[in-house]
Amino acid sequence: MARKRPFQGSSSRGSAAVAIAIAITLVLITALTCYYFIWPKWWFPEAISADARDVDRQFMATLWVTGITFIASQLALAWAVVRYRNRGQRATYSHGNNMMEIVWTAATVVVFVGLGFMARDAWASLHFRSAEPGALQIEVTAQQFAWNFRYPGADGIWGRTKVSEISDSGGNPIGLDPADPAAADDLVMPVFSVPVDREVELILKTKDVTHSFAVRELRLKQDTVPGLVIRVHFKAEKPGQYEIACAELCGLGHHRMRSFLTVLSQADYDKWLAEQMALKREEMGLSEPEPEQPKQ
Amino acid sequence: MTTQAHEAHAHGHAHAAPTGFIRKWIFSLDHKVIGIQYYLLALVAVFVGMFLSLYMRINLVWPNMELPLVGTMTPEKYLALLTMHGTIMVFFVLTTAPQSGFGNYFLPIQIGAADMAFPVLNMLSFWFTFVSFAIMLAAFFVEGGAPISGWTGYAPLSAVGEIAGPGLGMGQTLWVVSIVFFCAASLMGALNFITTLIDLRVKGLTLMRMPLTCWAWFVTAVLGLLAFGVLAAAGILLLLDRHAGTSFFIPGGLVISDKLIPHSGGSPLLWQHLFWFFGHPEVYIAILPGMGVASHVLSTFARKPIFGYRAMVFAMCAIGIIGFGVWGHHMFQSGMNPYTAFAFSLLTMGIGVPSAIKTFNWLGTLWGGQIRFTTAMMFAIGFVSLFVSGGVDGLFLAQPSVDRGLHDTYWVVAHFHLIMGVAAIFGIFSATYFWFPKMFGRMLNETLGKIHFWITFIGVYCIFMPMHYSGMQGQMRRYPDSTGIGFLSELQPIQQFITYAAFVTLGAQLLFLLNFVWSLWRGERAPMNPWRATTLEWIIPSPPPHDNFAGNVPSVYRGPYEFSVPDQAEDFLPQHLTPAEVGAQNGKK
Amino acid sequence: MTPVTTAEELHVGHGGGTPPPRDGGNGGRGDGAGGGMAHSVPLRAYYLGLSLGLVSILMFFMALVSAYLVRKGRGDWQPLPVPQILWATTAILVTSSLTVEKARKRLAEGSREGFRVWWGVTTLLGLAFLGGQWMAWMQLREAGVFLATNPSSSFFYLLSGAHGVHVIGGVLALAAVFVRRQYRRVTQAAAAEMASIYWHFMDLLWVFLLLLLVLGR
Repeated sequence: MARKRPFQGSSSRGSAAVAIAIAITLVLITALTCYYFIWPKWWFPEAISADARDVDRQFMATLWVTGITFIASQLALAWAVVRYRNRGQRATYSHGNNMMEIVWTAATVVVFVGLGFMARDAWASLHFRSAEPGALQIEVTAQQFAWNFRYPGADGIWGRTKVSEISDSGGNPIGLDPADPAAADDLVMPVFSVPVDREVELILKTKDVTHSFAVRELRLKQDTVPGLVIRVHFKAEKPGQYEIACAELCGLGHHRMRSFLTVLSQADYDKWLAEQMALKREEMGLSEPEPEQPKQ
Repeated sequence: MTTQAHEAHAHGHAHAAPTGFIRKWIFSLDHKVIGIQYYLLALVAVFVGMFLSLYMRINLVWPNMELPLVGTMTPEKYLALLTMHGTIMVFFVLTTAPQSGFGNYFLPIQIGAADMAFPVLNMLSFWFTFVSFAIMLAAFFVEGGAPISGWTGYAPLSAVGEIAGPGLGMGQTLWVVSIVFFCAASLMGALNFITTLIDLRVKGLTLMRMPLTCWAWFVTAVLGLLAFGVLAAAGILLLLDRHAGTSFFIPGGLVISDKLIPHSGGSPLLWQHLFWFFGHPEVYIAILPGMGVASHVLSTFARKPIFGYRAMVFAMCAIGIIGFGVWGHHMFQSGMNPYTAFAFSLLTMGIGVPSAIKTFNWLGTLWGGQIRFTTAMMFAIGFVSLFVSGGVDGLFLAQPSVDRGLHDTYWVVAHFHLIMGVAAIFGIFSATYFWFPKMFGRMLNETLGKIHFWITFIGVYCIFMPMHYSGMQGQMRRYPDSTGIGFLSELQPIQQFITYAAFVTLGAQLLFLLNFVWSLWRGERAPMNPWRATTLEWIIPSPPPHDNFAGNVPSVYRGPYEFSVPDQAEDFLPQHLTPAEVGAQNGKK
Repeated sequence: MTPVTTAEELHVGHGGGTPPPRDGGNGGRGDGAGGGMAHSVPLRAYYLGLSLGLVSILMFFMALVSAYLVRKGRGDWQPLPVPQILWATTAILVTSSLTVEKARKRLAEGSREGFRVWWGVTTLLGLAFLGGQWMAWMQLREAGVFLATNPSSSFFYLLSGAHGVHVIGGVLALAAVFVRRQYRRVTQAAAAEMASIYWHFMDLLWVFLLLLLVLGR
């Protein structure tokens, strides 16, 4: 028996319904996507440093470009599908238009690569320059599944570490060498604090596998790589407590590997540091504080 | 007899149709059977992969649920599911179905050949893939289970063995061995595709008259030829680190669980460079065939030549070439040289250009067309929409500074799923609905197909669009459980929405499976050319005979997309019709 | 509607209805002399396949070499004592490239006996090369240098081992050409040529690897 309708579905009424349905779906997807990008609740957390704001500016520039591209493409698709659905018309016989190809290729190159060049500054401020001189230095050692932050202590000197001294069970996660007097007063802790408006340099290391130190509000993320010592720097402008989450798969505790960065006013920071050092002295069995210490 | 004729004649004999079940269906040399074998392997793999991801989604929302086959979820089980989901989907679905499945079946036919250049090699490449898949699945069943280091298998986590976590013992070894087998299979396949395309094209089929599907398979094969050898090398180095005490990737002084790891001097970044040098071309391998299919299907059902054929070819070649220069964008935060990172970034922004050209040209193909909404066409239209979505969000990741806020978050998960896990899959679906009649001699049910399309199209947007928002909020990848971190536990409503959408979308795939299986036996019988298409596969019976053209080798007289040519009786001009035959056809009307 | 009578009257785009170019365009051969032949694969396809295979093997080795160069730059590299026998094995391999060409020349001149003699010599030299490489490994072991001893030894074993595996494949190809009498898809001369191309590639690759391992110290 001969088939009544050819296989490509040429009934105009049928195709109008499908075309309009596709178009409406595309429009809805576009609208909802844009809405939720504009809706503040699901935006990045507030940026708390100048570098972070640079990153956000670049994100916004990219969002404008991609947003326009996204909206234009989806709507053009929706339009074409409705306007050129089969209504019995003859399709235009055209193999293309070289001038249009050249124009839109050139425009895309300029926009995309231009955007790429624009991104340089936000990258450069973190990676093409080192920390300001006089930055507060804190050593960060990642491990399965914790963060260890080390301050040089009252003497201002980093103590020597030895791999053979590392013992999680013995309370010496980064392997401070007991034979080195400078190591005795080093402060090692699972969370850390910094003063506001002060350049901080983090010296990133790892004991075992690759982890990644990430603080959302600083727009900071850096892998800690076995065998490498990597430095990053930031200057936080707003006091508060900010969560640190590991950002590179490191094993079954990857999701538990969390910590806090606390940004304090200078006065609060000094107080906090003095408390930590006092606790350390107690631990070391000393009662009197050392004479006037160099400012940390 | 001349030597030439003797060769040709002898080879013709060697290609007589096989008899017997084993020669015909198991160890077949016929590219069509091999193509179907690959496709079925991918079909099994995709359901395994979806099942794994469903368990992942359930865990993210209902972590304490007892699940069949897995029991209560633990972090290591979740990470094992995650690793295997990614590996199985990328290798055994996206690298297999579009290229080895459809490419094997249709490349020879679309160029007028009776088979691939090297049928025995073709058969071997399938069976190596099969062995690879078997070894990969075996990782689930060994002591310690499947590996937990992600589909990217970063060293040293993947290199130091079980001390770093469960599954990193035998499971990880099997994973690496499976990958090495897969590399061998892919290299054999790539070699075959390129040789076939260069040397077996029928008379009149110049390169610029090839269907864009053939161009896509060609560029994909070139990428595979150059990339898989590097992955094989990386895998062998990893195996040596794991089992022979070498230190290619493991530096000294590592202490895990208070034990000193006895290696020294290796570089974890070396693994990343080798892996991603392969890994980036790999994702273009996954998407290019889908682009070829989209071009082909859009043109066919808009009844209009593809807009800018040359530009499309140029764009695919540009994507292939530049694709070898952008791998560093996976490593911006890895500790790599920041100046090199910036260079990679510029190239990555640049590779967005050929993709944009293709998108403009797809829209241009629809413009002025006479669009018929078959299921294949709807998936092709969906492909364009999803390609745009998944493509533009990549522009953010391509900039290293912006990437600082987004790396390893769900934004990345959204990006690669939209572009690979959805757009490429839509390419596979479009190809399936388009070519099923030719392959099996029966039509897929269009109503079921359309329902499949609608639920899937809306469903995937519901699943993957919200991941952008949770990613911006800092939702981390590869976290079995986010509730321990304050700002992440607030995002649970998004997680729930995504999981519900996943359930529904997965259900629609069962509908597809039902349609597929049912239509194999009860589908409406397919004519030779149900879609009134122009390329050479539509001039042979559905399904084709063993040697495709049954001795009547066509010649080609025009390009592949001659639709709606003015002053013609028909709205399509098949490639094989001689001008005289066209004239005769016009004369009748 | 006026019937179109000539190809030129079809107004079509660049892909339009022109008859196929006289030389078959860039396409493969159509039906062979047998008329309506099913699947004739031209000889050049086998050469192309071989070249592509060599490209993929090259990429594999380039990945290993780049790993070597990266690893070399790191602190703990100790130069490897190169076993002296490697000079002998290299000489054997280079000689075998000469003998394989001699064999092909004999075949081209029509001397089947000459071909078999020189081809057999080549195969034996190939085996001798492999044996010598094995002895080099034994010498290193005796000196206490194993795979994991030092990164330089790791790469030595790895590169020479990977090369050796590919040479085993080459020796099997040489043996197959030696043994085989009947050829269906290609001629014997073509098979010999392709095996010899592979063989030369292995020779050149070895020279390159040896220079890398030795000169780089």
